[in-house]
Amino acid sequence: MLIVKNLVAGIEGKEILHGVDLAIKPGEIHVVMGPNGSGKTSLVMSLMGHPGYKVKIQNSKFKIGANDMFTLLPEERARAGLFVSFQNPVEITGVSFLAFLRTASKSLRPDEKIPLSTFKEKVLDALGIVGLDESFMHRSVNEGFSGGERKRAEVAQMLLLRPKFAILDEIDSGLDVDSLKLVAGAIEHVAEEQKTGILLITHYQRILHFLKPNKVHMLIDGKTKKTGGMKLVRLIEKEGYAAV
Amino acid sequence: MQQFDPSEYKFGFFDSIKPVYSTPKGINEKIVRVISGIKQEPEWMLQKRLLALKLFFSKQMPSWGGDLSRINFDDIYYYVRPTDKKGRSWDEVPAEIKTTFDKIGIPEAERKFLAGVGAQYDSEVIYHSISKMLAKKGVIFVDTDTAVKKYPELLQRNFGTVIPAADNKFAALNTAVWSGGSFVYVPKGVRVDLPLQAYFRINARNMGQFERTLIIADEGSYVHYVEGCTAPIFTTDSLHAAVVEIIVKKGARVRYTTIQNWSKNVYNLVTKRMFVEEEGIGEWIDGNLGSQLTMKYPSVYLKGRKAKGEVLSLAFAGSGQHQDAGGKAIHMAQETSSAITSKSISKDGGRTSYRGLLKIHKGAKNSKSTVRCDALILDERSRSDTYPTMLIDEERVTIGHEASVSKIGEEQLFYFQSRGIPQTQAEVMIVNGFVEPIVKELPMEYAVELNRLIQLEMTGSVG
Repeated sequence: MLIVKNLVAGIEGKEILHGVDLAIKPGEIHVVMGPNGSGKTSLVMSLMGHPGYKVKIQNSKFKIGANDMFTLLPEERARAGLFVSFQNPVEITGVSFLAFLRTASKSLRPDEKIPLSTFKEKVLDALGIVGLDESFMHRSVNEGFSGGERKRAEVAQMLLLRPKFAILDEIDSGLDVDSLKLVAGAIEHVAEEQKTGILLITHYQRILHFLKPNKVHMLIDGKTKKTGGMKLVRLIEKEGYAAV
Repeated sequence: MQQFDPSEYKFGFFDSIKPVYSTPKGINEKIVRVISGIKQEPEWMLQKRLLALKLFFSKQMPSWGGDLSRINFDDIYYYVRPTDKKGRSWDEVPAEIKTTFDKIGIPEAERKFLAGVGAQYDSEVIYHSISKMLAKKGVIFVDTDTAVKKYPELLQRNFGTVIPAADNKFAALNTAVWSGGSFVYVPKGVRVDLPLQAYFRINARNMGQFERTLIIADEGSYVHYVEGCTAPIFTTDSLHAAVVEIIVKKGARVRYTTIQNWSKNVYNLVTKRMFVEEEGIGEWIDGNLGSQLTMKYPSVYLKGRKAKGEVLSLAFAGSGQHQDAGGKAIHMAQETSSAITSKSISKDGGRTSYRGLLKIHKGAKNSKSTVRCDALILDERSRSDTYPTMLIDEERVTIGHEASVSKIGEEQLFYFQSRGIPQTQAEVMIVNGFVEPIVKELPMEYAVELNRLIQLEMTGSVG
């Protein structure tokens, strides 16, 4: 279970999140929607532990299972089962996608011994699911990838690293319809097969045509205002965020 | 990249000469005569040495580059027989060096040798098999002392023609007191498929402070020469002033790879130059990790039409170190092309400088050159500078110059962390990624050791 209670956080002394509440069970897909400036990226960054974002921990709570996540470094949060796909993933020159994932995989699961050849097959499979070819395995992480390729590569990383909970920040932006279908399919797959709990953060309803969320939350002015289902999504589609 | 074959790794010289003498500290005509005498050299070489000595005395110290003011020429041994160097005992080798051998996985048999202690590395059998193979092709690969006696004509005709003693104060010093180094001659059309490895690690004769190397690749031939090693070379001698001269004849190709990791008391002042004739290719791959101060700018003189030159320079400066490195390309003929790539890393107050020269002579039409220097600075105390010089006397040329200075970004580190990889490990991966364009050009075993060494410099351990 992933639980966020009364999350208050900000950047550079400015409070952006004024109280976010979430409770996600394994295998559930939750969606957070909100207009620009509502605090979507701040939510992602403060949950993963970005050093630029400060959380008021005396008020806020963030747990995955028994782990008190706010006491952990970002890499420890990852080891506790948290994964984030970034809106703008950075380039890492000279570090191949394969080497990066191999190191990540070893860091996350030091006891798991997978021969390199088997690992390569898994990377290849993960890339294939999101429609990327073998060449991406040997390219530097995100270097020269198009916007859509970066998003798909993030999803491939999620498939491979098998987190307990994944927060996907605008994973749908910059994707054409075909890629969107692949990505949505991959998300449903990990939720069903690996029981990964998903927090999908998005600006648009588009991706929701291709997957079925368990819950939809509205993030308005740094607060989770309303929680509902597809009905809520359709309301916003019709009347805009002003309706909530 | 060729596959790593462990047996190749041990190829090297065998030294059967029993040394008899070492000179007292300091330098003068008498000492130079003694050195030449010990080696039973022909008169022409003695005369070259004596002339060079005069030039050494008359030349000024370079006023640029790093701080050379603490070099005391009177406090240096200019000739020490190899076995005298081994008079040290294993116990005297600093613990830090021993641990490093452990951590980067230097074979047991080589450790004592590297530390300047202990017995000759047993490479006789391997040496004989490789020398037989080379001899069949007419390739000469001997130490330069031997070459002076065995191949006097080749030596007399070429020695000092690429880098005359008058070139600079340290080239003059080297010419006056040189010992060891390699002489390579590759006949017309011959390709040497194995890299020739002049292992410091294997033979003390090459481990001189003032070694002298001369390589001649005759028309259409190919050779890759590798020297140095990633393990720290422990020496109490504080000055290393080598000279490497290379002649690349028409259509030939020579690649010269160096990785050096001198102990941190050493001034590493080396002159390296290649003459490249028509359609020839000359390549330097030069990695500098150790030393107190390195001043080294491998150069390519593109003398014939369509000659190509490439310099890849890698420098890592930690605490108390200054790596002043780079490359030079001199275009003297039409349609010549050059590429200089420099990657430097500074850390813990270390300093790296890129110093380069690109010169295009009038008439060298349609020549091309690209210079790229990237510096990575790992903390606030460290420093990096760029001193590029361009002297272009011809209009119809294409020149590209790019320089970058970067720090490891917070966003990059966070990206690694979000995947479970801690900061220190992330930094190592980023640094290894930064140097990858150069490391991928190294022979496999060097590449592996270099990556480990970077990890060691970054974290103090190899995990």
